[in-house]
Amino acid sequence: MRIRWALSGLFILVTLLALSAGACTKKTPVTRPLPPPPPPPVAAAPTKPPAPAEPVKEPVVVPAAPITEDKVGAMTLDDINRSSPLKPVFFGYDSADISSDAQRILDANADVLKKNSTWVITVEGHCDERGTAEYNLALGERRAGAARAYLVSLGIAGDRIRTVSYGKEFPFDPAHTEEAWAKNRRGHFVVTQK
Amino acid sequence: MTRTTARLALALAATSAAVAITGHAAGLQQQPPAVSLTITGEPGALPRYAVPDFIALSRDADTLEAARTIGQVLWDDLNFEREFDMIPRDTYASIPAARSLAAVPFDRWRELGADALLMGTVERRGDAFRVEVRLFGVKQKQAAYNREFTAAVTNPRFVAHTIADEIFQTQLALRGVARTKIAFVSDRDGEPLTGTVESRVVKEVYICDYDGANQRRLTTNHTLNINPTWSPDARSIAYTSYRRGIPDIFISNIYQGTMENPLRSRWEENFLPVWSPDGTKIAFQSNRDGNAEIYVMNRDGSGIRRVTNHPMSDTTPTWSPSGNQLAFTSNRSGSPQIYVVDVDGLNLRLMTRESYCDRATWSPAPYNEIAYAARTGSGFDVIVLDVATRERRQLTFGEGSNESPAFAANGRHVVFSSTRSGREQLYTIERTGKDVRPLTKIGNNKTPDWSK
Repeated sequence: MRIRWALSGLFILVTLLALSAGACTKKTPVTRPLPPPPPPPVAAAPTKPPAPAEPVKEPVVVPAAPITEDKVGAMTLDDINRSSPLKPVFFGYDSADISSDAQRILDANADVLKKNSTWVITVEGHCDERGTAEYNLALGERRAGAARAYLVSLGIAGDRIRTVSYGKEFPFDPAHTEEAWAKNRRGHFVVTQK
Repeated sequence: MTRTTARLALALAATSAAVAITGHAAGLQQQPPAVSLTITGEPGALPRYAVPDFIALSRDADTLEAARTIGQVLWDDLNFEREFDMIPRDTYASIPAARSLAAVPFDRWRELGADALLMGTVERRGDAFRVEVRLFGVKQKQAAYNREFTAAVTNPRFVAHTIADEIFQTQLALRGVARTKIAFVSDRDGEPLTGTVESRVVKEVYICDYDGANQRRLTTNHTLNINPTWSPDARSIAYTSYRRGIPDIFISNIYQGTMENPLRSRWEENFLPVWSPDGTKIAFQSNRDGNAEIYVMNRDGSGIRRVTNHPMSDTTPTWSPSGNQLAFTSNRSGSPQIYVVDVDGLNLRLMTRESYCDRATWSPAPYNEIAYAARTGSGFDVIVLDVATRERRQLTFGEGSNESPAFAANGRHVVFSSTRSGREQLYTIERTGKDVRPLTKIGNNKTPDWSK
């Protein structure tokens, strides 16, 4: 798995190098562009000959360079995650409080992490669709942060736990029902390094 | 390894440099149009406009198609602001088609009730069209607007948009939005996300014209990308991307094909970038100090300054048109509400007292309004709040859930997402609540922003 991290690190490096090299070579992208044209003044005589033909051309959109996917060594971690060694915790509506049920799940997850002391994990904070897309980013962040803080209080090293909020972008159950919403208000655990 | 990296970086840099030159050369040049006459309607009525098909002076298929397209798009563009009474195009059939701009049957157009007649010609010149256009006062039999353009054969719609914006400017001193664009996020490609064992689909940033035409994918990083916003010059889009695992702010310079990652986050999550009106600064939401707060940085990531400081979540910033204030969402009162604060963090004011509000957007002058999404039942509706009078106006009424409003550059329209047709799609609506128009149909499309 070190290979995977090294490789993805390399890709990031390549991208950043490309960006900074691009910026240095050109100098144009970060500078401020021309100000918008002044409003056209009202001209005088209607008998005046028309202005000469002028080019009207829309600039061409160029997508940013894509990042190539790194698939090396991805299988084994996927196998681990498919077996869900760390169980998800669930939250109440608009809440990031760790319930007693969630505490029991996190206690068990902490035991798994102690047995697998090299694992590094990401806690994903997710929300149901009833909040707005924007506010749910902060709510998911609070949920992931609360789960992480509880694990740290049980003695798991903080540098083994990263947090990422996905807001309501990736519901576990896409249905529009109470049952689906309950499943979607969750902290989801992913092993990212073993 | 190092050598390979350097070589690849050089190759990429060379590519983007070449593209940049093309992009730069493609900029639109402007000259003041010649105008002499303001066309009015009958007393108490809007001026009535007719826009027939343009006259094709060449007989090839491209020219014939462009002549039809420009006429139709111009009619739609001029109709959008509801300042002209547009005469339906299917009523023009009784009037013989003109063969040139010199022989116009004004009396026949007058019989149809037209005050203004917008006519033009399209002629093929190699890879370009030469387009000549006149706006006639029908009563006066006199030109009020008189222009010639050359335009690439590939996008005749842009010629129509340019003409429409100039007519709004010269006839009404109104800033048209026909050349503005909308950025949004879409999952329409249905591409599965890699690196997860769950069933997830990538979301990429897309852009389209104000009327929904020319929809195209902008990002290609095959991950999750959310909440794009336009720079004031409409040449760059800032957004949050998960391309490095951590949600962080990226800027795509869309006519150069380059990208910036100003904060280069290591663990902190940076969301919801929004550009200051002068384009030099970006406000955003970050948990770098432990919980969601509002920050302002320079465009290059330097000079980060914290604006809010509260143990509850401060989220979703937006700038006032003056650049002196920010509106944002906070749940410090127990539920998410809209607040306004000076950019230096002082002078905090609560603006809303509803069950749940988010995603404020501040209208440009001459209006001074904040639009936001408010929970009104099981879903959200778009509300507009007059900042000075605190008068509240509802634009949508429970037609699905309506979220993420953003104002057009002239403050007269709002784009938002709605589930009214099932999946999440984008719509525009007038600031008065009239004239809902769908923009998207494929996949789910959300969190739009309208270029200024």
